[in-house]
Amino acid sequence: MDPEVFIAGVGIITAIGNDVAECLCSFEKGLAGMADIAYIDTKHRHNIPVAEVKLSNNELAKIACISSAISRTTLLGLIAAKQALKDADIANLSSLRTGIISANTVGGMDKSEFFFKDFVANNSKGKLRNVFDHECGCVTEAIADQLGIKDFMTTISTACSSSANAIIYGARLIKNDLLDVVIAGGTDALTKFTLNGFNTLMILDKEYCKPFDENRQGLNMGEGAGYVVMVSSKVTKKMKKALYCNLSGYNNSNDAFHQTASSPDGTGSYLAMKGALEKSGLKPMDIDYINLHGTGTSNNDNTEGTAIKRLFDPDYPPMSSTKSFTGHTLGASGGIEAVFSVLAIRHGIIYPNLRFETQMHEFSFAPEKKILKDQTINHVMSNSFGFGGNCTSLIFSRI
Amino acid sequence: MKQYIRSSACISPQKTFGHPSFLTDAIEYNGTRLRAIEPDYAEFIDPKIIRRMSHIIKMGLAASQECLNEGNTNMPGAIIIGTAYGSLGDTVSFLTRLIELNEEMLPPTAFIHSTHNTVAAQIAIMLKCQQYNNTFVHKGISFESALFDALMLLKEKEADNILVGGIDEMTDASFTILTRLGLYKRWPVSNLSLFETSSNGTIGGEGAVFFLLTDRTSADNLAELLGMQTFYKPVDTAEIELKIISFLALHDLQIDDIDIVITGKNGDPRNDKVYNQLSQSIFRNIALGHYKHLCGEYPTSSAFALWLATNMIKREEVPLVVKEISVKKINPNKVLIYNHYLNKYHSLMLVSAC
Repeated sequence: MDPEVFIAGVGIITAIGNDVAECLCSFEKGLAGMADIAYIDTKHRHNIPVAEVKLSNNELAKIACISSAISRTTLLGLIAAKQALKDADIANLSSLRTGIISANTVGGMDKSEFFFKDFVANNSKGKLRNVFDHECGCVTEAIADQLGIKDFMTTISTACSSSANAIIYGARLIKNDLLDVVIAGGTDALTKFTLNGFNTLMILDKEYCKPFDENRQGLNMGEGAGYVVMVSSKVTKKMKKALYCNLSGYNNSNDAFHQTASSPDGTGSYLAMKGALEKSGLKPMDIDYINLHGTGTSNNDNTEGTAIKRLFDPDYPPMSSTKSFTGHTLGASGGIEAVFSVLAIRHGIIYPNLRFETQMHEFSFAPEKKILKDQTINHVMSNSFGFGGNCTSLIFSRI
Repeated sequence: MKQYIRSSACISPQKTFGHPSFLTDAIEYNGTRLRAIEPDYAEFIDPKIIRRMSHIIKMGLAASQECLNEGNTNMPGAIIIGTAYGSLGDTVSFLTRLIELNEEMLPPTAFIHSTHNTVAAQIAIMLKCQQYNNTFVHKGISFESALFDALMLLKEKEADNILVGGIDEMTDASFTILTRLGLYKRWPVSNLSLFETSSNGTIGGEGAVFFLLTDRTSADNLAELLGMQTFYKPVDTAEIELKIISFLALHDLQIDDIDIVITGKNGDPRNDKVYNQLSQSIFRNIALGHYKHLCGEYPTSSAFALWLATNMIKREEVPLVVKEISVKKINPNKVLIYNHYLNKYHSLMLVSAC
């Protein structure tokens, strides 16, 4: 039998909270993280709402105990990864083979933007300290160095499914007995680059987003970081704390249709979910909650819904898009939503899909509007789909 | 379980793509930037869409298609790419326009193609390949991470005929910035006499190299990939020696069993120090070869080294331009590649005749 991979710790920072407790509190109160742009210096302020983490770089740096001169992406990632390791509370970590698999989409772009302002005008200008760590890998390296992780590290970038793929890769390193402990997830800070990029695609909602609503107008961009600590069964024997759950299934498929749009029949999403179910040995009816990719764009929600219909019709589990709280955190979303999925099992909660009003006419199902508590949740499916047709589904299961 | 390289294709600053010769007439460049020689893309890509594609996408599509052709495979079982910088050209283009146009009326195309997974995605779209698709972006071990993923997939029996690529492009902006950061030499040099220089810095390069990996034996396989390993920030040369010896021991080999070691020497004394030390210690009695004077230094250049090793084994010859000392006749059966990137990321790859 395939060796099991257990979730031993979680860490998170998003627009709705700087740690697990704060995020859960916001879910309880139904408080979304979107607001007017406060931290990015952009023309779109007051025009496009975003879900920023409500701390300046200096404030983040204080929490992370590091210089504020590094990328906000690294600051967010370091805070969430530290939380996850602390939460897992693994004794003698240094004696175990430990790795970090982290994802992001634009590396140190928030700082490169400053550099380029001067560089574009004159190629001999621009402060090099703002560009030397532009690469995506630099973010992971800085986090690994701070955590003292040396045995294994790498970075994955598959657009908005990046950190879900990081979790799969980490789990496989444990299954192949190459590592004992893996911190996996992702981080992405909001940047002018991505904000303007998504704006040119005309998929940003000028109001707060309404995932899976008939009248949805697009997504809200967010930022944050989310990591899980995965351990092998060998490690669990020495652990004092209760484990959260295991990662029972996963799959990575490609839609192979278009660089930024998904296929009308949702082939990639369908294959990802179906493959994850097969891997876990579960049937669609076993899934107790789907944490949707649910960006709020016309295209995504239609495609994802179509794929869900193909797989689950006529018995749909409760589902919701937590992006209605956190915004779309791009490369971090798979990690953040993995943490929410794990917490759903631990606390028996199903998160509400904020601002949902009208069911999509194509479907006979609708997301949950109100928080559901004291649920028995055994299996949660978490979807992450990205540009380039990269579709990934994860399944977390109670142990 | 054994893992084989079934086919390969390499776009580089040398005549490595679609040429029957094997680095017999190496191209000399005078400067510090080596540009990839571009093939006739119309042979590989729908001419209607070529115009909209950036350099890295075109290189990726052509090299991956040629690799599949060489391996007589229409549909790979997985597509995995390693790229440190990703779609740098499109990224710089969108960022520049964002600044010049002050966030207004921006065209979306450059942004759409700027994501790091664009090459892997475009290959999937071209082939309509819905299988496993991943992109690794970790600096000097981006390609190694992709290769490691492919080897795990083979072991897990999750896929066969896995397409793995190492790809990076150099743009005017990145060349300027990396020069300012001190990576490249301040004065023009000939790449063919790169190892005779003593000034700091190296020469920059780029390329797209793809491999098709399988666990099935075949007379057509180019070579066997015995294994690979990476390590991070070793404390000293003694630790590197130990890593190399234990890596070989893992495959029941000793240093003397290796016919030639391909090193990542790049003409920068800060980079080459460790290779020079090893050539006095554990590599003392082994033939050495180098490759970065041919393709330039870039984070996924180890893919070029693997292409070189694979073809040396298949063709049973070591190109003169690769050898450190030209006299000795080498019969390359077992080739070790040892590369490091900026002294931080070290990688070992071991290739053998089938």
